[in-house]
Amino acid sequence: MAYSEDEVLAGLAEIVNEETGLAADTVTADKSFVDDLDIDSLAMMTIVALAEEKFEVTIPDDEVKNLGTVGQAATYIMGAQS
Amino acid sequence: MSQRPDIVVTGLGATTPLGGDVPSTWAAALAGASGARPFDADWVERYGLPVTFAASVKVPSDEVLERPALRKMDPSAQYAVIAAREAWAHAGAPQVPGERLGAVVSSGIGGIWTILDAWDTLRDKGARRVLPMTVPMLMPNSPAAFVSLELGARAGAHALVSACASGAEAIGYGVEMIRSGRADVVVAGGTEAAIHPMPIAAFAASRTLSLRNDDPEHASRPYDADRDGFVIGEGAAVVVLESAEHAAARGAPVYARLTGVGLTADGYHLTSPDPSCQGQLRALQAALTDADVATRDVVHVNAHATSTTVGDLVEARSIRQALGDDADQVALSATKSMTGHLLGGAGALETVLTVLALHHRQAPPTINVVTPDPELDLDLVRDTPRALPAGQVAAVNNSFGFGGHNVALVLTSA
Repeated sequence: MAYSEDEVLAGLAEIVNEETGLAADTVTADKSFVDDLDIDSLAMMTIVALAEEKFEVTIPDDEVKNLGTVGQAATYIMGAQS
Repeated sequence: MSQRPDIVVTGLGATTPLGGDVPSTWAAALAGASGARPFDADWVERYGLPVTFAASVKVPSDEVLERPALRKMDPSAQYAVIAAREAWAHAGAPQVPGERLGAVVSSGIGGIWTILDAWDTLRDKGARRVLPMTVPMLMPNSPAAFVSLELGARAGAHALVSACASGAEAIGYGVEMIRSGRADVVVAGGTEAAIHPMPIAAFAASRTLSLRNDDPEHASRPYDADRDGFVIGEGAAVVVLESAEHAAARGAPVYARLTGVGLTADGYHLTSPDPSCQGQLRALQAALTDADVATRDVVHVNAHATSTTVGDLVEARSIRQALGDDADQVALSATKSMTGHLLGGAGALETVLTVLALHHRQAPPTINVVTPDPELDLDLVRDTPRALPAGQVAAVNNSFGFGGHNVALVLTSA
């Protein structure tokens, strides 16, 4: 099934909340994973792995460095959905 | 040459089958409670387990820790952090530079839940679904690492592994860290979280677990003539060790002194204790010598006594040989009758109970002894606590592990 952008953003916020404890409503599209959400590389790889499973997509390692913000991650996931 | 520092115990922490902290655990131990209960899981049916009960922690971690912390830690590390936080607060959160603070937290088995969960994920969903936190969660030094992170302990973080002696060995190593000048304060203890169908099946296969499925609360019965094996437990216990000088300078209450450490190996058999008692005896004698304690001053022994047919009696003979006639005045407690066997956490929990026994002058009881083993020639504290004498007295905590590891710790009243 294809997820809407809102569903992807909400799903990412839920994953970040589970991993970091940050309130889901603060995990918005404009937030930088590193600078705003203080997510280190290990946590980022965990978020990627959980997002891949949740949205049934593959996010190659060399794409992860381009996913600076939650919005960029959502956009990539939207495009990767078949 | 500077004098060897004396070591004191200034903080205690635990999460155990009897309670979520030290006060509740101690109260339950004095009341003679049992931490054993049937699994509330569908494992028995699914895996055909021959054992259907265990001594699981009284207060689950998810009632104490936040969800992100739970997700980053194997249950063995969760228990360790819970116990370390309590011990640290109990010690009054000593002001000590991180470079002078050590963390020694052992597990006998390691992150077995994490290992097996990740293996399930790999088989069911493939390599890409195995999470990146898997390795730092499964490594056996993970509890020590998390405690080091939690408290900023930078003098060293260590995880000595010696099966069911691990928790006591960790405390012994903590003593050595202070004696050798590497640290002024060390948070030391042991943890285990192995109530999982695989280790239960494996322990059952080695015929070491009690099969008293119809009566879990009475299954752990060290020194009872009808004992049939140990009850697997889980949880953690941690002590704050401190040089006496450091503790005195900050006016910290002292609950006991940790005066002697004895470490030996049987070199006899992988799992059976040496029936000649030589390995255990040498550990006991080394600890008493290290402590400079005379046998007549030993008033209490917290035995390793797991409720196995062979092990309990070998230990009783070792105690008799080490203390001679002075063993007659020893109040012997086998607290695994209540807590179950915390494996890598056991030696640490029993150290905590021994500290409390000296502090409150109360030897905790041994429950479930209906018919004492006729070969036991020591004075077992049964069913209700027994008062210990006033004055300067000493106590011993024994811990032994698969592999022939023997650890004896001598504690002296404050």
